Amino acid sequence: MRISIQNGRVINPANNLDQVTDLHIAAGKVLAIGNAPEGFKPERVIDASQQVVCPGLIDIRARLREPGQETKTTIAKETLAAAHAGITTLVCPPDTNPIIDTPAVVDLIHHRAEQAGYARVLTLGALTQDLEGTQLAEMYALKKSGCVGASNALNPIKNTAVMRRAMEYAASHDIIVYLHAEDPWLANGGCAHEGAVSVRLGLPGIPEAAETIAVARELQLTEQTGVRAHFCQLSSDRAVRKIARAIHDGLSITADVAIHYLFLTEMDIGYFNTQCHVRPPLRTQRDRDGLRKALAEGVINIICSDHQPHDDDAKLAPFPASEPGISGLETLLPLTLRLVDEKVIGLSRAIALLTQEPARLLGLLESGQGGTLAVGSRADICIFDPEQFWTLTPETINSEGINTPFMGWDLKGRVTHTLMAGKVTYGNLHHTHD
Amino acid sequence: MKQQNLQLDEQGRLRHLLTIEGLKRQQIIDILDTAESFISVGDQQVRKVPLLRGKTVVNLFFEASTRTLTTFELAAKRLSADVLKVNVSTSSAVKGESLLDMLRNLEAMQCDMFVVRHNDSGAAHLIAQHVAPHISVLNAGDGRHAHPTQALLDMFTIRRHKKEFAPLTVAIVGDIMHSRVARSQIHALTTLGISELRVIAPKTLIPAQVESLGVHVFHDLKAGIKDADVIIMLRLQKERMLGALLPSEQEYFRTFGLTEEKLKLAKPDAIVMHPGPINRGVEMDSEVVDGPQSVILEQVSNGIAVRMAVMSMVLGRPPAEESGG
Repeated sequence: MRISIQNGRVINPANNLDQVTDLHIAAGKVLAIGNAPEGFKPERVIDASQQVVCPGLIDIRARLREPGQETKTTIAKETLAAAHAGITTLVCPPDTNPIIDTPAVVDLIHHRAEQAGYARVLTLGALTQDLEGTQLAEMYALKKSGCVGASNALNPIKNTAVMRRAMEYAASHDIIVYLHAEDPWLANGGCAHEGAVSVRLGLPGIPEAAETIAVARELQLTEQTGVRAHFCQLSSDRAVRKIARAIHDGLSITADVAIHYLFLTEMDIGYFNTQCHVRPPLRTQRDRDGLRKALAEGVINIICSDHQPHDDDAKLAPFPASEPGISGLETLLPLTLRLVDEKVIGLSRAIALLTQEPARLLGLLESGQGGTLAVGSRADICIFDPEQFWTLTPETINSEGINTPFMGWDLKGRVTHTLMAGKVTYGNLHHTHD
Repeated sequence: MKQQNLQLDEQGRLRHLLTIEGLKRQQIIDILDTAESFISVGDQQVRKVPLLRGKTVVNLFFEASTRTLTTFELAAKRLSADVLKVNVSTSSAVKGESLLDMLRNLEAMQCDMFVVRHNDSGAAHLIAQHVAPHISVLNAGDGRHAHPTQALLDMFTIRRHKKEFAPLTVAIVGDIMHSRVARSQIHALTTLGISELRVIAPKTLIPAQVESLGVHVFHDLKAGIKDADVIIMLRLQKERMLGALLPSEQEYFRTFGLTEEKLKLAKPDAIVMHPGPINRGVEMDSEVVDGPQSVILEQVSNGIAVRMAVMSMVLGRPPAEESGG
């Protein structure tokens, strides 16, 4: 389909573009920016005046619950929710059931996503078999079948020698390793940050050292093995300081944070609010500020949703017995925009953290397969109204999971259209005319 | 905000008792005063008052207990309530889902009060959030979080011996980390405004940032109990040795066990308390347990009066008055 998006503020951090202009799409790609090529006749015109036009968002960590937990939700339902949120690419961690440790599971996930047609779903393969941390998974085969990296998700690799070998092997095949740094011995049985709230509520605590010690180990091994490492879901100021120091010393690593760690602290648990049960745990104000600082400094270069949709029962349990995780797809963009309002980062950088930077990590940027609106690149596009206010309610959430501590928050910035490879996957009809 | 007032009704009266935290000083005093009026009921020939006649109290214990369960049962019976005990074996590992389902079923049987003990912190709050409006929840111990009636009976016992709270120095000795009793005692004692509150244990049994609760931390028993008016010993679970928190019971007794000799460092009229059950020769010497300064058995009988007080106040509230008058 040939589409023209007119009069939008086109922001493409990949080539420092930020201007009100038109964008023309044909054959699933960006055909031109500015004037339409001679003779171009769009089949559909989207009026994007007063709106921002940016690359489709890339969420590098989202659990879609399929295969294995289809009672919670499915790939089709969650990718539809992603389209409503301006997200065009999602990365699924390997802790599905069955685990993503064979090409068959990779194929299944890709197939389901393609069938649904709302968003591209990429996969991380297992780092160790069954994520048990003892034997290496067939990382090369998984890479060949399309996995964009290897990870042990939240399952710890207790044995340091196994971690070393896994990194060495991944490095041999130029596979990026996604690390969740948490010392299982120190985290043992915990469900909240070890501090003022856990002592008051009598919740088993996870000390900050569970993260800093694991980060220190993984940094050491990254340096030694030369693997390309990406640090996931950092939660503490001291851990990001270690990452910052390592980057300063020349280590080539990247790091992400899930959006809720930039807004919430242990205090939000209040009296056992299970919606704030996440892993790693929400930490202190100082940690939240440290994460924001790291974001501003570029030490953390990606924001993700860490989407974990649950059914109601998962949260209707005493805090320690409730399932951790937040349904986050639909708050990813508005909360990131809130960081702009709060002057943590600029708008263009905010968009880069959700598009260009994750695309670079995933190897999509260079080939124009995501994260950019450069002419010739894949037409994954998000159009949003940066000034529109809305309130998060169960009715506004399209995901099957309405488990979010942000319920009732007044948010600013709402997606009006999403295009994936030139196809409109979500569009507010009031703003379009054929 | 709304969650904080979960245990109070619109008029600020106690609807549930989930935690001491957030109670006003006067509310605690009211409970103690009410308990005082019940203390004589146990001495009468007919040990019953008809305050809760026609009400049904359900004891819902997901964790083993003899003392607490028994005293709650006795308290309810002395108030003339019907008492139902639901046996939930700990091994059946009741998850939140079936927990709430079970409550729905009990609600359907027209119960008025759930007395809940559960091994997860926050269980009583969860239940209170989901029960029907006419049902009250009493927390009889949730995980490491709270055991409010135990703390109240301890306050009651202290008041019977010390009259005033303001000048007191109180020392809590032992496994603060895992103790819901200690947490509730700390909230009660700080709310009542005592002079100084100390917790005494090796670092392995002191939770991080415990100072934020308003206590002074000691790692030396002798220094910690010096000039104390009240010494509260906590029970030491045997499994603490497995978690590498302590080397042995013997070494614990040597360092933190209360003996007659060490007790001399406290005020001469100091009282010694323990929520029970006691490990003689671990937390304290038999001589101290059975000695003149021990009020441990008193705590048990006071437990009935205090639980009667809480039950009658929660269930015996007169209906809310029309507002606007």
